[in-house]
Amino acid sequence: MQKFSAWSLLKEAFGSHLGWKSQWRRAAPKAEYDAVIVGGGGHGLGAAYYLAAEHGLTNIAVVEKGWIGGGNTGRNTTIIRSNYLFDESAALYDHSLKLWEDLSQVLNYNTMFSPRGVMMLAHTVHDIQVIKRHVHANRGNGVDNAWLTPEEAKAFCPILNIEKNIRYPVLGAALQRRGGTARHDTVAWGYARAADALGVDIIENCEVTGIRRDASGAVEGLDTTRGVIRTRKVGVSAAGHTSVVLGFAGVKLPLESFPLQALVSEPVKPLMPCVVMSNTIHAYMSQSDKGELVIGAGTDAYNSYTQRGALHINTHTLEAICELFPMVRRLKMLRNWGGIVDVTPDRSPIIAKTPVKGLYVNCGWGTGGFKATPGSAHVFAHTIARDEPHPINAPFTIERFRDGQLIDEAAAAAVAH
Amino acid sequence: MTEFRTERGGRVDRSRVLRFTFDGRAYTGFAGDTLASALLANGVQLLGRSFKYHRPRGLLAAGSEEPNALVTVIRDAARRTPNVRATTVELYDGLVAESQNRWPSLSFDLGAINNLLSPVLPAGFYNKTFMWPRSAWFALYEPRIRAAAGLGVAPTLPDPDRYAQRYAHCEVLVVGAGPAGLAAATAAAATGARVILCDEQAELGGALLAEPDTEIDGRPAGDWLAATVAALRANPRVTLLARTTAFGYFPHNNVGLVERLTDHLESPPAALPRERLWQVRAREVVLATGAIERPLPFPGNDRPGVMLAGAARTYLHRFGVRVGRRAVVVAGCDAAFQAAVELSRAGVAIAVIADVRAPGQVAGPGEQAARAAGLAVETNATVLGTRGRLRVSQVLLGRVGPDGAVTPGASHACDVVLMSGGYTPSVHLHSQSRGKLAYDDALGAFVPAAPAERTRSAGMARGVAGLAAGLDDGAAAGAAAAGAHAATHRHSSRGLDGGLAGRPGAPPQPAALVPPAKAFVDFQNDVTTRDLALARREGFESIEHIKRYTTTGMATDQGKTSGLNALAIVASESERRVPEVGLTTFRMPFTPVTFGSLAGVARGDAFDPVRRTPSHAWAAARGAVFEDVGLWKRARYFPVNGEDMHAAVNRECLAVRRGVGMFDASTLGKIEVVGKDAATFLNRLYINNWSNLGVQRSRYGILLRDDGFVYDDGVIARLAEDRFHVTTTTGGAARVFAMMEDFLQTEWTDLSVWITSTTEQWAVVAVQGPRARDVLARLVTDVDLSAAALPHMAVARGRIAGVPMLLFRVSFSGELGFEVNVPADYGAEVWAAIHEAGREFGITPYGTEAMHVLRAEKGYIIVGQDTDGTMTPDDAAVAWAIGKQKPDFVGKRSLERPTMKHPQRKQLVGLETLDPRIVLEEGAQIVATRDQRPPMKMIGHVTSSYHSAVLGRSIALGVVAGGRARSGETLYVPMPGGDIPVKVVSPVFYDREGARLNG
Amino acid sequence: MLIIDCPYCGPRPELEFAHGGQAHIARPADPSQTTDDEWTEYLYLRVNTKGVYAERWRHARGCGRFFNALRDTTTDQFLATYRSGEKPPVGSAARSAP
Repeated sequence: MQKFSAWSLLKEAFGSHLGWKSQWRRAAPKAEYDAVIVGGGGHGLGAAYYLAAEHGLTNIAVVEKGWIGGGNTGRNTTIIRSNYLFDESAALYDHSLKLWEDLSQVLNYNTMFSPRGVMMLAHTVHDIQVIKRHVHANRGNGVDNAWLTPEEAKAFCPILNIEKNIRYPVLGAALQRRGGTARHDTVAWGYARAADALGVDIIENCEVTGIRRDASGAVEGLDTTRGVIRTRKVGVSAAGHTSVVLGFAGVKLPLESFPLQALVSEPVKPLMPCVVMSNTIHAYMSQSDKGELVIGAGTDAYNSYTQRGALHINTHTLEAICELFPMVRRLKMLRNWGGIVDVTPDRSPIIAKTPVKGLYVNCGWGTGGFKATPGSAHVFAHTIARDEPHPINAPFTIERFRDGQLIDEAAAAAVAH
Repeated sequence: MTEFRTERGGRVDRSRVLRFTFDGRAYTGFAGDTLASALLANGVQLLGRSFKYHRPRGLLAAGSEEPNALVTVIRDAARRTPNVRATTVELYDGLVAESQNRWPSLSFDLGAINNLLSPVLPAGFYNKTFMWPRSAWFALYEPRIRAAAGLGVAPTLPDPDRYAQRYAHCEVLVVGAGPAGLAAATAAAATGARVILCDEQAELGGALLAEPDTEIDGRPAGDWLAATVAALRANPRVTLLARTTAFGYFPHNNVGLVERLTDHLESPPAALPRERLWQVRAREVVLATGAIERPLPFPGNDRPGVMLAGAARTYLHRFGVRVGRRAVVVAGCDAAFQAAVELSRAGVAIAVIADVRAPGQVAGPGEQAARAAGLAVETNATVLGTRGRLRVSQVLLGRVGPDGAVTPGASHACDVVLMSGGYTPSVHLHSQSRGKLAYDDALGAFVPAAPAERTRSAGMARGVAGLAAGLDDGAAAGAAAAGAHAATHRHSSRGLDGGLAGRPGAPPQPAALVPPAKAFVDFQNDVTTRDLALARREGFESIEHIKRYTTTGMATDQGKTSGLNALAIVASESERRVPEVGLTTFRMPFTPVTFGSLAGVARGDAFDPVRRTPSHAWAAARGAVFEDVGLWKRARYFPVNGEDMHAAVNRECLAVRRGVGMFDASTLGKIEVVGKDAATFLNRLYINNWSNLGVQRSRYGILLRDDGFVYDDGVIARLAEDRFHVTTTTGGAARVFAMMEDFLQTEWTDLSVWITSTTEQWAVVAVQGPRARDVLARLVTDVDLSAAALPHMAVARGRIAGVPMLLFRVSFSGELGFEVNVPADYGAEVWAAIHEAGREFGITPYGTEAMHVLRAEKGYIIVGQDTDGTMTPDDAAVAWAIGKQKPDFVGKRSLERPTMKHPQRKQLVGLETLDPRIVLEEGAQIVATRDQRPPMKMIGHVTSSYHSAVLGRSIALGVVAGGRARSGETLYVPMPGGDIPVKVVSPVFYDREGARLNG
Repeated sequence: MLIIDCPYCGPRPELEFAHGGQAHIARPADPSQTTDDEWTEYLYLRVNTKGVYAERWRHARGCGRFFNALRDTTTDQFLATYRSGEKPPVGSAARSAP
């Protein structure tokens, strides 16, 4: 792997940058692999990287129906945090956050992880109860998260409106200082380059059209638009399309795919120092290194694969943003986009073995998958390599729905009085 | 006027001179100018700095596709609007504009150091460095990158302007009021259809606004335009919207428009909103969005003074502005010739027309006209470079030989370079609607193919060139959209037709480049041909990858001038056809849309509806402090004499325990369930048994979801054999009603039951405390209030203060209690009457906070606070309510799963701190042993915690793993200041026997 | 915003409706006789069709009625709406993708 550094950049500058090599090979599928990952997003590429780097599986491939990083990896608002309520979630997301912290160095690719702090606002008494429960649970789990008064919140984010006379005044906030953002594409590219350097084949424009199984029912290969690929292990990391891929093996999952929209403003000089989220009035915002305000909200109401949503979702989001940050009202929406997020009944992911031998799945990330990319990839690789889950993903089974052992972060924040 | 303003012509009003400033310097222009045209008329070409390298930049275009000339327009401190394209800013007297992204000044910008460093700052440079040491990215590099990035500065004050929103319906929406759009609207309107015609510019007319010498149907184009617009305006079924951009195409022919109402006005009337968002639902849409001229990629093509040839025509014909004194014209398509001829006629010297095409490709009326005008035309030309620091001063041409080799040619002094690389149809909205695109080889661009919505494109938007052809195409599209046959009238036109005639298209001309020449492709984001090559070298083959790696097409112009050139260059270098490289998805908005327009009027109290209870005004007048619960405003406490919340709540609680209090419980959800199967319905739904509930009696009900977790609770009364009055939690009212409807309509269609939400129909006043009966006795008629006649959980009908009443003998406080239900319109009156009648008993209004304390003292749960969507009835200590004999109820099957009966599930318990003064924090965690360090073994958490005035100590409810079996154990609540020991106790702290309740 | 053709009221904007998830999932007649797996399937398993999908809507801010619709989830275009309890219109269901 060609090393990236200020020095190599300088050196190449003298050669008009003609010396840079392809960051990953344009691999054609081989007849057989020890394992194949379906889905070339951050989660899938990361799993391939960890399979090669930590489990010694180098005769493996990632197959991607389009181009890598083209799904939700490139369509999210890049928020990274780990201040989840339940022990299971906190362990998973904090595992991921720790991997984020030195991912640039590990991959030799600047992922621009920026721990600028993630602040979650409380607007009601109920919000305060829920958020404080998070703060206490996080402290018990060794996850940083601090309660701030409205004044402290404003000190951390000076453009935040804490006036008492707005419809839902800010009553306080939780701040995870280690949380922040990263540059989305670099995660896919960084993992791809590092995995490729370890021998992993990254095969783009290769859509899976079937899963082949032997007489015992175990996986023995994949049908793809680029031919048959033999393999005994298939890890599916296909986000919104997981239901379709798993359907090839007759595996039904409790998943539904929804449109999730986000938008950015035109770039402006630094204005927003951190990430601010409000679950009660449904909006979140940060500012990218380029200067764009990055804004997102909830999903559209119906399931869809169109990668677009309705205007009223955006208007509602911006209503909330303009209440919280009234000086941004004159700024302009530059670009809006939609992703397809796969949501489970408890809105927590599934990272698990399936009933089909040799078939593994990592899905159901809903709106929160980007932050989990390294951690999820890491434990998914473990699950595939060892044919048993890592302790961190052991609770994130398919069977938890049958057993009623939900990991329901959203229900825990449910509003009812 | 200046030498750059023509003596006459154009659509500006030379009688109205307008003053304005740019970067503090005063200038004048005319009414009808844009900021761009006025600055050009003053000889100002340097308008901005590029995003990355801070290179000096001038105007490239004349319309909304402008990538370079972004400025900040300032009306006052709060009305600063950054990142506005100077080409779209209409001049008004007193306009103040500033350049952006430069320090200390536009002409001397220290940020331009990036330009010197550009060899080490190619595309994606930030992926490769700034990684050491680890902490330096966030601490050192990133802050500097952020400071250098961004364009304008956001306002620091809240925006004082208003924004409006409107919904509209029409048969035909026509986007774009150029010739095709006008013809479409005219044809559609002729059928009687309701038509909306919108155009982003201040005047309708599109390209016709800059065609003074053209004729349509035998009369000057300007006359045709005026007559056509006047006819449309006179038609009451036609809505004309100028200054209105169709920015987004949403499912089912829902098109978002934004209309700019005041930005062009010197003194906007206070009554006018700044902008208006239109959400149009059209039966059919006609997209007559025209085409955008492409730059040519050559080294130094970004210097101020290098601009699109069509833009120069627009400045000349529409604004009466000569863009320079001496021009070099670089032609990639025929349209450049017309610009050369016309500018020459207007007094601009044309040094040379350098056509990048071979002689065989260069032939037509344009070229003939140029030669006839005596202009020098070179073919097989290329540009090797340009010179000039803040404005182009020289062009070095080259000649491409038959073998592809380039020989340097002559240098030409100039102050402006006009280029035209062909026209790209504006297919943005068609693509947004998910319509397919097809590549047109002759045009060298994508055109609309199969639509996904009821939409059609017309004129240059679909590659139909020529004015007459465009008019005919528009008329046909308009008629078809209105469901009529195409018009038989064929338009005629005369004149060179500018960019609309001949061959407007041309395959993009990357071949004219001499590698490794560095030509700008995306001007604003400083993406060059070298960056595109680097991206491919590093393995980024898909155009989506190239876009993300180089950021081409991601600037504020969203690639309007750069998109196709980038594709063509990548295609050429990778020896693929353009469509094989792919096309990035067009996303809304077409041009940036103000947040304010999208947020509209939803600000302050209008952000969300406010629901107020009948006693709201009464409570507000007495200084009650309110809290938001869903949309409701609920009185939280009623401070008197400057009390804080703690003092007020203590007083309110003691008043209920010792005397009597009153509480507005109107927010509780109320659902009337009626029909012969009403009891069966509730039996199937709620965990309780309802069959044995007598008429005029009530019972506490629990509702689960089918997954077995507690969903809602509330008292349900049987008013008659076939009639129940169901109450729900405040937040649960709508979803419980929806759940009931779901089961009734789709699962249990065998049941004869009707349900009606009555939440808004009943006002509810809870009168609680030992003296409650005494108070009500003063007002209630027709009801025997005695314990024998109206025991706990009994229900009666009667009158209170003369008002019909439904009276519940229920208590959420543990005291003798009643809930008075009266028609909501009488709520305020009855509330006041009860307060008046209770005066002699010291009746005390109390709020939600005291209500919470009182119920916690009794161990009554609040669904959503003591439960959290993961608790079973047994967990919540309400399993006693389950009707044991029932074969089924919603959630019952789920409760049979082994994990739902696990003894270590978290169960509701009472918690007493060993130190009675300590009030635990709600949400605090619970551990079994002292001094744990993270990760702690957390076995539960505190759900409710208060100071209990009547007990003189703190109390708390919590959920603890296997909690009921731990009764009496000491557990710990770890806090930052140390562990707080707590004892597990019964959740009922007060009056365990319930004697007071039955008083 | 979608336009949804309520079988009782006619076409109305999406804001008047609440999505009700997959259509034609019957609650087991006797849940106590189901296995854990069967019960889980009823509770949670959904087809998540990429293509023509039968779904429920409730005209929540209108007539209040639940009804069914066939919608192509790759285009969001409706093929049909029909009343609860009715079978999908003949011909349209045949186009269902897996």
